[in-house]
Amino acid sequence: MTQIKQIYADKNQLRITKITNYDFVDEKNFMNFITLKIKMHILFKFSIKTFIIRKIKSIFAAKFTMTYNKSQIINKISMNKTERVEIDDVVIRFSGDSGDGMQLTGTLFADTAALLGDGVSTFPDYPAEIRAPHGTVSGVSGFQVHISSGTVRTPGDFCDVLIAMNPAALKANAKWAKKGATIIVDADEFNEKGIQRAGFATLDPFAELGLQDNNLIFAPITSLTKESLKDSGLDNKVIVRSKNMFALGICYFIYDQPFDFTFKYFKMKFKKKPDLIEPNKKVLVDGYNYAANTHAHANTYKIVAHKKEKGIYRSISGNQATAWGLIAASEKANLPLFCGSYPITPATSILEELAIHKNLNVKTLQVEDEIAGICTAIGAAFAGNFAVTTTSGPGLSLKSEALGLAVMTELPLVVVDVQRGGPSTGLPTKTEQTDLNQALYGRNGECPVVVIAASTPSDCFHYAFYAGKIAMEHMTPVILLTDGFIANGSEPWKIPQMKDYPTIYPPIVPEGDTDYKPYKRDDVRLARRWALPETMGLEHRIGGLEKDFLSGEASHDPINHEKMVNMRAAKVARVQDFIPNQEIVGEPCGDVLMVGWGGTFGHLYSAVEELQKEGKKVSMTQFNYINPLPKNTGEIFQNFKKIIVCELNLGQFAAYLRTQFSNISFEQCNKVQGLPFTVAELKESVNKLL
Amino acid sequence: MEYTQQDFKSPMELKWCPGCGDYAVHAAVQRALPVVAKELNYTKQRFTFVSGIGCSSRFPYYVNCYGFHGIHGRASAISTGVKVANPRLSVWQITGDGDALAIGGNHFIHAIRRNIDINIILFNNQIYGLTKGQYSPTSKLGIITKTSPYGTVEHPFNPGELVIGARGTFFARSLDVEIKLSTDIMVEAAKHDGTSVMEMLVNCVIFNDKTHGYISDKEERDNRIIVLQHGKPMIFGKNKDKGLILDREHLQLKVVEIGKDGITENDILIHNAETPDTGIHMMLTGMKAPEMPVALGIIRNVTDKTYDDNIRDQLEEVKASAKVHCVDDLLNSGATWEVE
Repeated sequence: MTQIKQIYADKNQLRITKITNYDFVDEKNFMNFITLKIKMHILFKFSIKTFIIRKIKSIFAAKFTMTYNKSQIINKISMNKTERVEIDDVVIRFSGDSGDGMQLTGTLFADTAALLGDGVSTFPDYPAEIRAPHGTVSGVSGFQVHISSGTVRTPGDFCDVLIAMNPAALKANAKWAKKGATIIVDADEFNEKGIQRAGFATLDPFAELGLQDNNLIFAPITSLTKESLKDSGLDNKVIVRSKNMFALGICYFIYDQPFDFTFKYFKMKFKKKPDLIEPNKKVLVDGYNYAANTHAHANTYKIVAHKKEKGIYRSISGNQATAWGLIAASEKANLPLFCGSYPITPATSILEELAIHKNLNVKTLQVEDEIAGICTAIGAAFAGNFAVTTTSGPGLSLKSEALGLAVMTELPLVVVDVQRGGPSTGLPTKTEQTDLNQALYGRNGECPVVVIAASTPSDCFHYAFYAGKIAMEHMTPVILLTDGFIANGSEPWKIPQMKDYPTIYPPIVPEGDTDYKPYKRDDVRLARRWALPETMGLEHRIGGLEKDFLSGEASHDPINHEKMVNMRAAKVARVQDFIPNQEIVGEPCGDVLMVGWGGTFGHLYSAVEELQKEGKKVSMTQFNYINPLPKNTGEIFQNFKKIIVCELNLGQFAAYLRTQFSNISFEQCNKVQGLPFTVAELKESVNKLL
Repeated sequence: MEYTQQDFKSPMELKWCPGCGDYAVHAAVQRALPVVAKELNYTKQRFTFVSGIGCSSRFPYYVNCYGFHGIHGRASAISTGVKVANPRLSVWQITGDGDALAIGGNHFIHAIRRNIDINIILFNNQIYGLTKGQYSPTSKLGIITKTSPYGTVEHPFNPGELVIGARGTFFARSLDVEIKLSTDIMVEAAKHDGTSVMEMLVNCVIFNDKTHGYISDKEERDNRIIVLQHGKPMIFGKNKDKGLILDREHLQLKVVEIGKDGITENDILIHNAETPDTGIHMMLTGMKAPEMPVALGIIRNVTDKTYDDNIRDQLEEVKASAKVHCVDDLLNSGATWEVE
């Protein structure tokens, strides 16, 4: 901690004294840098010369007519003095082959920015194939980082800088580049073979994509990485694999980021292969110096973080936060956490994260299938653990029948569904909100469960915690919906303290209780009590057959059945008394109310913020408690001329709202592309209503 | 703990069909539980019965213990969850040939593979009873049922072969009418650490009457079954004059008569239930009537690490080196920074 503060102080000092553009923590590093800089000057002169020669050669060899001429290239690398510009906001998109390490590169950049106190939001956009054929569009993996001096709520619609490690990456991602965005490419990969493999019609991909007027930076990343590590003794394959660090170095220069965090990461990551630590550091620094020396970018940028709320911060992804929130609920309930689960994208990392924390009273079972995941969890709930199962859409389908069993046996259970593109296998790595209907209705019989949705990576912690609290205190299954976007995205998070979270009181029946009846309920929550096997005198039997209203013995009595159906519905509805009121962003009345739920929060918020700045009477409200809805939901809707429900499906939440508020008209804004909304799309749909 | 059968008796009325083999297995369980409680020093509230769906899966309602009547096929998964959540429980899983080997086949073999310490009683009547008479995965080839009016064209599973194929550590077989043998098997299964599978050959008097009739025949039973006992020679027959030897030429088991062709008792194989090697156990399990006697008793009883043990050991190891001891520690672990 102190070390990081120190860096921060030093950075300010450096900035004030304007010693240099480069920020280094200590003298030793600085001296190393100077030496490197000299070395790089030599290398640079050599490499630029060879680069230009190669470039020209390749132009002729490939016989493609460059719409940007040689002088333009030289201009990009001219010796003009680099200016440092302070900016508020930048979006960078790293893209390359799925084996190029783009997810790591993006994560390191994001984490470094987060450590400096910037607002950060990330969006990994990767293919379902682990290693698709090299150089093809289907194998392109992307990672978008949005950094801002203030609070960041989305990873940004479009990027200011696009790093494309090969022509396929350029092709797949050019559509995400803002007009005039800087595009950094690995010049070594832009040869005839690479361009053809990416499926370009001509040999000039830039013209073909209409990018000729963008700020194009041709950095021979592969060859310079090879040059950088030629004396390292590493084999060629390993050397080439570290080219992502060269690209990262370039970005560190342009956005004035320090190395320390990344160096620490290398140390940790290569603990077992220490001979890779120094080469990775070297490539990163060489990339940085290459950019500095070539003045690759006309300006360097500095994002000066706004003063944030005091406290200790960390970076967190949605799946990590979900796992931790569940562990927190287990701690506050003083019950072991049991997770029965089966790997499925994009939910797997919750199971992986839970598996690490066995010492926090966590038991994880990677079982034989999705059904076993929920059934082991139900067994564990019966035996008195806080039981959880984690999955994504197709897995939730498989768990449907067992969810009914949990409803019938009225046991606490949290089912986490990290939604992805469907139906069927669909788009495993893409995001969607298409499981809402399944969560609400996807079971046989009258089978209500509590449905909650998290809306940002960090608030997955909060809602996972409350999913656990409600499940245990109300003796009901709870489905927690997140989605691929918030599950894999990360953001800085002010770390909460557990003393600020409430204790959870599961209604466990004490030994010697003479009043116990398996289905006798409390008046407030209508929850039955939880009698755990091994407690003397409470032996009882429950199961999937309809239960007698009181004794819980199997009952086929028609009147009893209807009574129980109504009771199970009433119990879930009663949760409404225990959840907070729905809040509005903006004025409580106006022309348009944007309604969202779950993971679209950041985009809706950014859109409404911009619309309000434009003077429009637009407010928004984002739902986290879906079933039941907060008590004041109806009141909120009364006060707007128009209501538009924005969701990444064909209108499932809108349809649900219509069933509850038949007197209100709901407009819809829908998108089902496996992608998050863009702020621009949302604004456009609202503007149409104004 | 000292209990009587009365302590485990449920107030519920047993609702199987008159003459159903399940009654006999129920009687054996009622006899076994007090013995298990005494020998393992268990209190009654530690016994938990878990079942799936089917006639036999009504069982938990008929024992005065903790019970969970699950959904079709999932009993192995549910009982796995129960046992991991509270390893002190003595978990008894009740399942049938449809529940365990058709819809629940996956959970069944994986529970065995993990060697989780549960006791599975598999009621094998070779038919679907609760849905009124369709063939099951253990129905004999060619059997005529409602869904196979011209006879089945499917080969049946032999449950024991599945268990041993999954390297199960305990497999025993009994016949509904052999209540004493069933009781003994249940007590040994409870003592065994790891997954114990007890196949109970039960008669379905309504839909598959006398499916085990050939071997349960009162007069001829002793000639058609062999009750295996660990360490004892594999001798059977009314007159104890038949035995099993290994036919070295064909590498298979062979029935011989003691006193004939120079065969003496010394030539008869000695049953070793405790050898980890699956070969001989697989052969014994696979013996089919009428050519061979059907093997009953404890065919395999092998000591190996259980899932429960491995979980416990790993947890102790992790705890010993853990730096994070509560959620606050967890939240503050790794890279953090302070804003002042």
